[in-house]
Amino acid sequence: MSLLKVRNLFVDFSTPDGTVHAVTDVSFDISKGETLAIVGESGSGKSQIVFAAMGLLADNGRARGEVLFEERNLLSLSPSDLNKVRANDIAMIFQDPMTSLNPYMRVSEQMTEVLVLHKGMSKSAAYTESLRMLDAVKIPDARSVIRRYPHECSGGMRQRIMIAMSLLCHPKLLIADEPTTALDVTVQAQIMHLLNEIQKEFGTAIILITHDLAVVAGSCENTLVLYGGRVLEYGRTVDLFKSPAQPYTKGLLSALPRLDTDGEQLHTIPGNPPNMMLDVRGCPFEPRCPYRRPECAETMPDLVRFQDDRLRACHVAFEDLQ
Amino acid sequence: MSSAETLLSVDQLKVYFNVKPEGAMLWTKPLRLKAVDGVSFDLKKGETLGIVGESGCGKSTLARAIISMVPSESGRVVWFGKDILGLPVDRMRPLRREIQMIFQDPLASLDPRMTIGEIIAEPLKTHLRDLKPREIKARVQAMMEKVGLLPNQINRYPHEFSGGQCQRIGIARALVLEPKLIICDEPVSALDVSIQAQVINLLTRLQKDLGISLIFIAHDLSVVKHISDRVLVLYLGNAVEMSNGDELYMHPRHPYTQLLISAVPIPDPEVERNREVELIKGELPSPINPPSGCVFRTRCPRVQDICSKEKPVLRAIEGTHEVACHFPLD
Repeated sequence: MSLLKVRNLFVDFSTPDGTVHAVTDVSFDISKGETLAIVGESGSGKSQIVFAAMGLLADNGRARGEVLFEERNLLSLSPSDLNKVRANDIAMIFQDPMTSLNPYMRVSEQMTEVLVLHKGMSKSAAYTESLRMLDAVKIPDARSVIRRYPHECSGGMRQRIMIAMSLLCHPKLLIADEPTTALDVTVQAQIMHLLNEIQKEFGTAIILITHDLAVVAGSCENTLVLYGGRVLEYGRTVDLFKSPAQPYTKGLLSALPRLDTDGEQLHTIPGNPPNMMLDVRGCPFEPRCPYRRPECAETMPDLVRFQDDRLRACHVAFEDLQ
Repeated sequence: MSSAETLLSVDQLKVYFNVKPEGAMLWTKPLRLKAVDGVSFDLKKGETLGIVGESGCGKSTLARAIISMVPSESGRVVWFGKDILGLPVDRMRPLRREIQMIFQDPLASLDPRMTIGEIIAEPLKTHLRDLKPREIKARVQAMMEKVGLLPNQINRYPHEFSGGQCQRIGIARALVLEPKLIICDEPVSALDVSIQAQVINLLTRLQKDLGISLIFIAHDLSVVKHISDRVLVLYLGNAVEMSNGDELYMHPRHPYTQLLISAVPIPDPEVERNREVELIKGELPSPINPPSGCVFRTRCPRVQDICSKEKPVLRAIEGTHEVACHFPLD
């Protein structure tokens, strides 16, 4: 059964220069305990999808469509109902742990506040539970860390504190928006390892938003590839890496330098990411696509199922891409 | 290696910063932060040296110290046989023609009130004062073409360009004086994957065409390995290992390098899921109060008594593969 269903989601921003179409007609499902990666470059709309779902859009943003969490449409919930969902069912961690923690509050205050407010716990029970959660995310010497202010912790430790805080209410879905982008590669490995363990232990479904395909490869069952606010490909991560079904996915994979192989020249995708102000009729990747055809500029291809559980949006036949 | 082809030689370079301790009074003695603590390397003509390490390891400080953008404590930086460390500004200026730098944030390193043409022309106007405006324009246009900027973009402003384009402008500005060495400080880490590949390919192509040397600083090991002839690994201001890229990746000898490489994810689910990732334990120690002896000993899986007493020096153990460790891996 699906935990979260996104159906025909559109997100627009009105700016003095015109309307920015950040997300166009995006649909996907995530079931209990699943890990889904949403991959895209900057400006592809990957963060705006979840911001819309969580009611975190900027003031000039507007979302249309449906985001069903256990059959309730989050987009039409009242702020107080949405707050309950955000407290108990869906948690989110962000890219920069320093800006998401309150610099004026000790770790203990920030963590117990969550439990006292949402679970009605006593302060001392909340303190014990917070300590237990810091232990669960493998913070060494949690008893001293809980008394610190955020600036006294390293970047990796702050991200662990954020993860611990997001798990306090045992959410069913954890949304991680570029959780390791600001961290060093050794710390990134630790955090990704931790997220995998949490998922096994608590059975939390995870949406991992990232631009880093290498991170996706290790930890996500399914992958959604976004470009110019549209879904271009969806499928099991293993299949997607083995036989990318969209020219963009293909280009992205071959543009990555790898540690374990030798490559003289990196494959490049010519051109620049699309201008999201323009009303594009055709496929957003058309101007940069080596396989493009006349119809690509005219109509956006539908997202169609082509193998068991794989979806792709492309006018070019799958076989022709291999 | 003959000395004739050595361009730059850095010898025991140390950069310390003064840091006021918490609750310091005016007369409190400052603490010493050892950002770079005795790093040495040579750079040959046309060679690319990659410098990797995690945040706070001193890689950017090292780069800045080489061109005296930050004052150094001690050591030597020899450029064509001449020690250039701590030269007065007026004697440093002609050297800046030969050593140029590219920075991480492409937009922030371009003056928003100057057009692209003015930005690329500025080094020419500063260093080659007797060039005629016509010649300057010709050189700027030629350089723009080389880095893949269109001629009609010459009168535009930086904000009109994307990150990748801005980095091309930064590269053009660095190249216009025909330097012998370019120091690139995280030139692609702010860019998207598809754009990152374009800039890396541009840098390697220009390097081949023009025969310049590069010092390429990045935290992304895959990128550094791809572009570099040799790679220097820094940890807490100390060089722990140096070798050519393939050798370093295939046979890391320092335990830190091994852990660092193990942490890099491989973009291939089948490889990645069957790979045993060794996690590094503990936190990075403070450079104000680094561990005695080997700086990595607090987190090292192979640590022994001698590691806390004696600081290992960087020494060659096989050909040009150098490592600073008492118990290097086989």
